[in-house]
Amino acid sequence: MDASSGLATQPHAEHDPHHAEGGHDHHELPFWRKYIISTDHKVIGIQYGITGLIFLFFGFSLMMLMRWQLAYPGQQIPLLGNVLGRMFGPGAVDKGVMTPEFYNSLGAMHGTIMIFLGIVPIAFAAFGNFVVPLQIGAPDMTFPKINMASYQAFFFGGIVMLISFFVPGGAAKGGWTSYTPLAVLADKGPGTDPFWNGQTLWLVGFILLITSSLLGAVNFIATIIQLRAKGMTWMRLPFFVWAQFVTAFLLLLAFPPLESAVVMQLMDRLAGTSFFMPSGLVVQNQPLHISGGGSPLLWQHLFWFLGHPEVYVLILPGMGIVAEIIANNTRKPLWGYKSLVFAALVLGFLSFIVWAHHMWLTGMGSVVSAFFQTTTMIISIPSVIILSAFFISLWGGSIRFNVPMLFATAFLPMFGIGGLTGIPLAFNSADLYLHDTYYVIAHFHYIVAPGTIFAVFAGIYFWFPKATGRRMNEFWGKVHFWPSLICMNIIFLPMFLQGMLGMHRRWYDGGKDWALAGEKVWGVSGFEWNTPISIAAWVMGLAQIPFIINFFWSIKRGQKVNDNPWEATTLEWTAPSPPPHGNFAVTPVVYRGPYEYSLPGRETDFTMQTEPMTEGDRKAYEAAAAAGVH
Amino acid sequence: MEIPYTVTARPDTGLWNAKVGIWLFLASEVMLFGGLFSAYVFLRLDAEPGAWPHGLLNVPVGTMNTAILIASSVTVVMAWASLKMRKFRAYWWYMLITILCGVIFLAVKLVYEWPQKFDHFGAFIKKDKLEKYERYLGNHHLAEKGLPPRTEVSGHLHNHEALHDANVKEYEIALDPVNADPTNPNMDRPHFLYVPPTDKIGTIEKEDVEYANMFLPKHSAYFASYFTITGLHGAHVLGGVIVFTYLWLPMGTKLYKRNPEHLANRVEVAGLFWHFVDLVWIFVFPLFYLL
Amino acid sequence: MDETQQPTIAETLPVGTPPDEAHDEHAAHDVSKHIRAYLMVGLTLLVFTGITVLLSYMNFGTQKANVAVAMLVATFKAGLVAAIFMHLSNEKRMIYRILVFTFFFVLGLFWLTYLAWYDPITR
Repeated sequence: MDASSGLATQPHAEHDPHHAEGGHDHHELPFWRKYIISTDHKVIGIQYGITGLIFLFFGFSLMMLMRWQLAYPGQQIPLLGNVLGRMFGPGAVDKGVMTPEFYNSLGAMHGTIMIFLGIVPIAFAAFGNFVVPLQIGAPDMTFPKINMASYQAFFFGGIVMLISFFVPGGAAKGGWTSYTPLAVLADKGPGTDPFWNGQTLWLVGFILLITSSLLGAVNFIATIIQLRAKGMTWMRLPFFVWAQFVTAFLLLLAFPPLESAVVMQLMDRLAGTSFFMPSGLVVQNQPLHISGGGSPLLWQHLFWFLGHPEVYVLILPGMGIVAEIIANNTRKPLWGYKSLVFAALVLGFLSFIVWAHHMWLTGMGSVVSAFFQTTTMIISIPSVIILSAFFISLWGGSIRFNVPMLFATAFLPMFGIGGLTGIPLAFNSADLYLHDTYYVIAHFHYIVAPGTIFAVFAGIYFWFPKATGRRMNEFWGKVHFWPSLICMNIIFLPMFLQGMLGMHRRWYDGGKDWALAGEKVWGVSGFEWNTPISIAAWVMGLAQIPFIINFFWSIKRGQKVNDNPWEATTLEWTAPSPPPHGNFAVTPVVYRGPYEYSLPGRETDFTMQTEPMTEGDRKAYEAAAAAGVH
Repeated sequence: MEIPYTVTARPDTGLWNAKVGIWLFLASEVMLFGGLFSAYVFLRLDAEPGAWPHGLLNVPVGTMNTAILIASSVTVVMAWASLKMRKFRAYWWYMLITILCGVIFLAVKLVYEWPQKFDHFGAFIKKDKLEKYERYLGNHHLAEKGLPPRTEVSGHLHNHEALHDANVKEYEIALDPVNADPTNPNMDRPHFLYVPPTDKIGTIEKEDVEYANMFLPKHSAYFASYFTITGLHGAHVLGGVIVFTYLWLPMGTKLYKRNPEHLANRVEVAGLFWHFVDLVWIFVFPLFYLL
Repeated sequence: MDETQQPTIAETLPVGTPPDEAHDEHAAHDVSKHIRAYLMVGLTLLVFTGITVLLSYMNFGTQKANVAVAMLVATFKAGLVAAIFMHLSNEKRMIYRILVFTFFFVLGLFWLTYLAWYDPITR
């Protein structure tokens, strides 16, 4: 116990060889055991992070290609046109022009990859794996081997998704939602393989990804329940841990129904069943030879039963990251910690009973609509509580605008725009008009792109020193941040206009032939808005280059820093950077809450969770309680 | 580095890690089978009157399999209790019986029940042609009794080439008893014992058929859900058998010698999974075999 | 607040340590009391399997009633398995919390089926 209090003030930057010994003889492991099939939560976190970032950029590249077709429909793709034609054949890119089928593939795979191979692995799995055990003072995850299996399932799921680009007929093209009966009928018939085709591989890949998430979720929850350090009570957990805890529950309980739905769609495709196929379908003027009796609505219900909680899977870890960074850089306690925790719990709870608001157009009855409209309105309350708490936390702080903080502060208004523009969509009547337009695209991208992805970047800049012992370059971080922020808004703001003009989200020609294409907003028609949007998307692609270079350069060459460069209070900063196998030389003991910044009567403006309570602290608390703070 | 609480319980939660893990996993399993069962209910509520078949499965065999699974649940909990009392021999025997029960269950399913279905044939008659086949369907009789109508004629297909040869214009079926003698009141409700198809041959013109197939998953929403749910359930049984075998083989003995409590915990966790598989079957059995 | 409730990690037993004798005896004693219960529950389950089959050949008026009766028996059997075999009758609070949460969402999942039934397009 006495040793652990000394831990908090460990100032050393060089590595004590004794630390490595805590992990037995693991430093002698060969490369592949240490980095490829490691069971160490930090290595797995980094594996997830790097794989996820690669997929994130890949998914973004698909969109950059699509943006060409949207801005300049039917024109040859510059530079890449011929290469793509040779890679994927004339069925995909014909004489440098992308075909509608290829466009559909890109769209479906952009959604799938960004969500399930990009954001979930980074925001949930990578940060969760790397940070959560450190923040709760655990030596590792409860089930390290299952943790490894989780990453491997994810990795092979990703590989299967990538392979699907190269099979005859190309990758899945039924949209990321794979609505039936379209998805069951797609990629079948002459020229396609019964198994090695886009949609079937999409389903197989999905089963692997779901398995990965389930294993991860079990591990996260068990770790947070079982391996909290001594004194780390539930209300002393950093908000990030809470966010991950709720996220893990969402994955644990919302993913399996989709898994069952995916199995059923696989049966529909491979065994000819009709789970999602109604009777009386006619395809190419021939009645379809199936038993029928299934229901396309069943797929939609099961899909959105996951789909909506998934939205909170995407955003909650981001909120957690932002909470840590805001508290750290405002140098004051996070405002309303308890309300944040309860808001996150309520959010998780409610997210299971709002799913049908994705299905207003299926013609459900007014009672059901009214129910889902109501729950959807209610769920905005915890989101607003969280956002407000963050804004109020900024008030009166002496804010340090370093790169993580820039991204974290940008998250707030961007998430705000995304959230508020969702309210019209919550209403059945307004949604009938806006459904499947670019308005919807803009709405959810504001939440996940400048929302979650900014939070992810913030997290990378913030925890990079913990993973490497070095800091990423501030200047190039800002060069990354400002163009990204500006481009994000040039991309997504005009989409609200396009959507309100009625531009459909799945048009292959960018709406060139659309009746309202001539109608102008601020002198620009809905179709013409595509050009600035596309250019901004490509510039944003370029703006990621400083990040990529900064990231790899800083691993070896970044400025060396001590174990707690941000002067933060949570447990991960008591471990050496990078933490050895087993994390802590001495198991930490926790004496206080996670955000004890600027505690009166202290020499420093941060008091780590491992510092025992002093008489002065108690007085400060009493004074604060008397003044009504906290 | 050791992960704490792998064998002993953490004082404030009173649980060791794997116990938390398995319950979380079972929670997700509940949702997985919940998704499948709710799909079953969804499709069944959606089905046209009379389109959901009854009495197609072999009830005595199903009952036997249910009993086997229940017995194995008892033996696995006994295996765990024996370990807790440090009676390794008893553990070894109970575990062996459990494994055998699992294997028998799977064998019955894969070698007997499924193939028997694959060998059966059924043709759904078009709505406007039902009258034409009244002699096989007996719908007048059913209507008098207030029972849902029959739309399917089933039995053993005599001319298998009819399935893919467009030149063959009709199906020749050795009729099931229910179609051979449709007005017999004994046929109003399913039989307990399996009754094989009769010698009576019925012919049905392909033109009058809405959809016809062997009793494969693609035959109907009923068989689709039957094969999917029992298939997934079977996969779980197989998983359980593999884990039990691992714990029963010398690996288990070694662990027992090193730390008997650890083996007991592992058996408890595997047992919890096994009981869950049993629990799912308790619902599968009436839903598919009896109702 | 209560920082002294949990032990440090070093206090827990490593895997190789022989188990505590006293704790062991207590556990063995505890378990042997339950064996009769396990056998009785197994027997009850078998009997009720027979009852389910029997009931399915009786007509309770409507198909709905038949389904309700069968599901009632199945739920009873499942309850026995969960309570006795899976020790849910005497489990730690954390497990109950997880399961209450799950139960709520399973209800949500089955609510799906109501939506199908209610949908004016197919009805």
